[in-house]
Amino acid sequence: MLEQTKVKTLDKVAVRFTGDSGDGMQLAGNLFSNVSAAIGNEISTFPDYPAEIRAPQGTLGGVSGFQVHIGKGVYTPGDQADVLVAMNPAALKTNVAYIKPNAVIIYDTDSFTANDLEKAAFVTDDPFNELGLTGMQLVPVAITSMVKDSLAGSGLDNKAVLRCKNMFALGLVCWLFDRPLDQATHLLKNKFAKKPSVLEANIKVMTDGYNYGNNIHATVSTYRIETATAKKGIYTDINGNTATALGLIAASEKSGLPLFLGSYPITPASDILHELAKRKDLGVKVVQAEDEIAGVCTAIGASFAGNLAATSTSGPGLALKSEAIGLAVMAELPLVIIDVQRGGPSTGLPTKTEQTDLLQALYGRNGESPIVVVAASTPADCFDMAFNAAKLALEHMTPVILLTDGFIANGSSAWRIPEMEEYPEIVPHYVTPDLLEKNWRPYHRDTETQVRFWAKPGMEGFMHRLGGLEKDSITGAISTNPANHQKMTDIRQAKIDYISKCIPALEVLGNPDADLLVVGWGGTYGHLYSAVEKMNAEGKKVAMVHFNYINPLPANTAEVMKKYRKVVVCELNNGQLATHLCSKIPGLNVEKFNKVQGQPFMVSELVECFNKLMEE
Amino acid sequence: MENNTIYTAKDFKSDQYVRWCPGCGDHAVVNTLQKAMAELGIPPHMTAVISGIGCSSRLPYYMNTYGFHTIHGRASAIATGVKVANPELTVWQITGDGDCLAIGGNHFIHAVRRNVDLNIILLNNKIYGLTKGQYSPTSDRGAVTKSSPYGTVEDPFIPAELAFGARGTFFARSIDVDLSVAKEVMVEAARHKGASVVEILQNCVIFNDKIHSFVADKEFRAERTIHLKHGEKMLFGKNNEKGLVLDGLKLKVVTIGENGVTLDDILTHDVTDQDGTLHRMLAMMDGHELPLAVGVIRSVEAPVYDQEVKAQIESVRAQTNRRTLRDYLLTRDTWEVK
Repeated sequence: MLEQTKVKTLDKVAVRFTGDSGDGMQLAGNLFSNVSAAIGNEISTFPDYPAEIRAPQGTLGGVSGFQVHIGKGVYTPGDQADVLVAMNPAALKTNVAYIKPNAVIIYDTDSFTANDLEKAAFVTDDPFNELGLTGMQLVPVAITSMVKDSLAGSGLDNKAVLRCKNMFALGLVCWLFDRPLDQATHLLKNKFAKKPSVLEANIKVMTDGYNYGNNIHATVSTYRIETATAKKGIYTDINGNTATALGLIAASEKSGLPLFLGSYPITPASDILHELAKRKDLGVKVVQAEDEIAGVCTAIGASFAGNLAATSTSGPGLALKSEAIGLAVMAELPLVIIDVQRGGPSTGLPTKTEQTDLLQALYGRNGESPIVVVAASTPADCFDMAFNAAKLALEHMTPVILLTDGFIANGSSAWRIPEMEEYPEIVPHYVTPDLLEKNWRPYHRDTETQVRFWAKPGMEGFMHRLGGLEKDSITGAISTNPANHQKMTDIRQAKIDYISKCIPALEVLGNPDADLLVVGWGGTYGHLYSAVEKMNAEGKKVAMVHFNYINPLPANTAEVMKKYRKVVVCELNNGQLATHLCSKIPGLNVEKFNKVQGQPFMVSELVECFNKLMEE
Repeated sequence: MENNTIYTAKDFKSDQYVRWCPGCGDHAVVNTLQKAMAELGIPPHMTAVISGIGCSSRLPYYMNTYGFHTIHGRASAIATGVKVANPELTVWQITGDGDCLAIGGNHFIHAVRRNVDLNIILLNNKIYGLTKGQYSPTSDRGAVTKSSPYGTVEDPFIPAELAFGARGTFFARSIDVDLSVAKEVMVEAARHKGASVVEILQNCVIFNDKIHSFVADKEFRAERTIHLKHGEKMLFGKNNEKGLVLDGLKLKVVTIGENGVTLDDILTHDVTDQDGTLHRMLAMMDGHELPLAVGVIRSVEAPVYDQEVKAQIESVRAQTNRRTLRDYLLTRDTWEVK
């Protein structure tokens, strides 16, 4: 342990903080990523936490983890960690699969007693050997006792003292990666502004952890991480759920419409509800409804009344909302539905990530019920896609489903705070007073876009009735006429199809003259891009397209897809986008790479798959 | 809203042909509602009528206001969204016993609990009409219908009891054939700030004819119903000779002039009593031993949800200089790349 310290310079490094779900690992990880971002690293984080809020202490079910990837060219939280912080044996056991063969393992020796080992179901007294962990760089640290010593005489009770253990680990890791403590101190001051004694204790323990690392040269390698050259501007660390919430607020500003959210708590989407509930300072109206159905229905009511209306949920909630979404299709009202996908079916894996709601989003309603489906590809991209979803909904008078997932919703990346001038105006398709002289009827529409005019309650002269029954194509009166139903079905489809002209074309990344085209959508972007980049760096020719717009598809989709000899569609489901693409592009043949484990892709498994396909 | 225009019922009538069955109680309700709206004087463009699914839920099509005929059971939730999004609107919800109390029961109790400023008109015919005659959550135990050929084996909801259980601040009742009481309770419901529940006993001439005739028939109505009015004695009978008194913890019918009973002994109706005990007892009277109560039974003040939402936003905004998203973003933990 006390060998000569070697300094390694690396492009990027992944650190995984793990412990009991009450050990503050999420906070330690968050602070570490913030500190790293502030000194110019690219960051990507991934919290991996259990569905149980507080499983029994020290048990396998209660382990909470937070992986931080920092450096240059960072698009994912990293397949496997270079450094594991394990606050107890259970954390070690549940995380061995996520670390590199020669990783540094920092562990709290005070929590590795016989009793602790038993709770984590170890049968011998050597957990490392038992797990087959050879070649690891072990860093045993008596964290608990040092924290107790550090805070002796602080006046804090034992429980409060122990809650500072995460700061010791953070301080130690900061030393390991040569991160100055000032930014972490600044962040802690914001967090504990109202609890000076807790703040003081946290800073002291973090500093002691840092100094401890320095004093004992705590590991065989310390690292210097490459910094990225980012665009000038002011940055913040943002996760996908927060970015989604803020993207809706941006759309509210750009459209001049009040933002209304109707929502019901559900993992992993609730943080959207939380963020918007906090944004009363920006005038956001939030109704926490009595159930998922009421969540979407209050939003539909708010849309009818003239607000920018949204509802946020996850897969099971989307299932409950489907009838109401059909109403918004029929009434042709703008509505944004956010589905933060998680493992399914049924309650499934609430805290884990998946892409298994695509077909539900596309087709999960009764009747011919076309709507717009879009997806976000990174935490920061959630901002743009929430904005774009709202823009499409308002300008085309249609429900739009935005698919994100647990991985990008909870993961975070550095994000340059934009100037609002960088975003386009949103111009809803309102009625205008001159229409009254032209004998306006509620289902009159723009002949090109097929968008009907929006008359909001409170506008004089435009009183009208909407509803879920089929409407006459002009007057909006109830109609059961067969030809009219066909006409309205065609109009609703044509309205959505037209949107392909309003969205960006599909862009080919990687090597355009490739032998293999990698296709993905949504939150797998970082992993797919990393894999493609890696292969091209190795001299293989691989191209990539990534879908943000899924219904309608970008206008050049068929042209791009048919250009490549071999196409592989990679998804965290059993092939839902592949099915959709094949149904929309006659004659298209694709390979599929699918994974349904509740976990993101690993870059290594993608590279392996692509190499194999190229050899075939 | 300041408005000097005088409206008539015709201003609230749409050009749509009314499709309810001849003799259906709903005809009277829509006509009465148009009269009530004219009396209230709120312009048609400031009025929104929201409904779910069922015979009664067709009503918005016949109103020259903003209207939304939505999906089964969800009108309370959609109306809540309308009212919170634009509290300036007067929002009516038209619903039936199946729509409101079966599939929509959850949304109904929560709209009432939150005290959203909605005027909920519940047309209770104790049957599913649009699906052609199945029993509803208000059908009496033993009711023989298409889906209960041997009679139901379940007890019904009493809408008032459910509304009070959900902490309702306003409840009124009328009978479809009694147009003046119906108009009176609709107007009062609209004037009440908060969730107003108006139950209208309505006859389904096809599938449940005469279900309310025990109290609705003209020959019995004076004896079997009591029209409650705030501040007035609880009197009924052909010559108002009967009244209600409390006998221990129970209501009792007495006759003035008999057994030494005088007008002073009769209870005086107070719709504003926060303690809802007597309101509940009055609302539970069914026309048998005690007369069925019509008119406004309860109307108490309480914080109104949509106004509270608005006020909270205003108070938070008053304490901050943030006006744009960027203002807020710059208060987050940030760093600058130069």
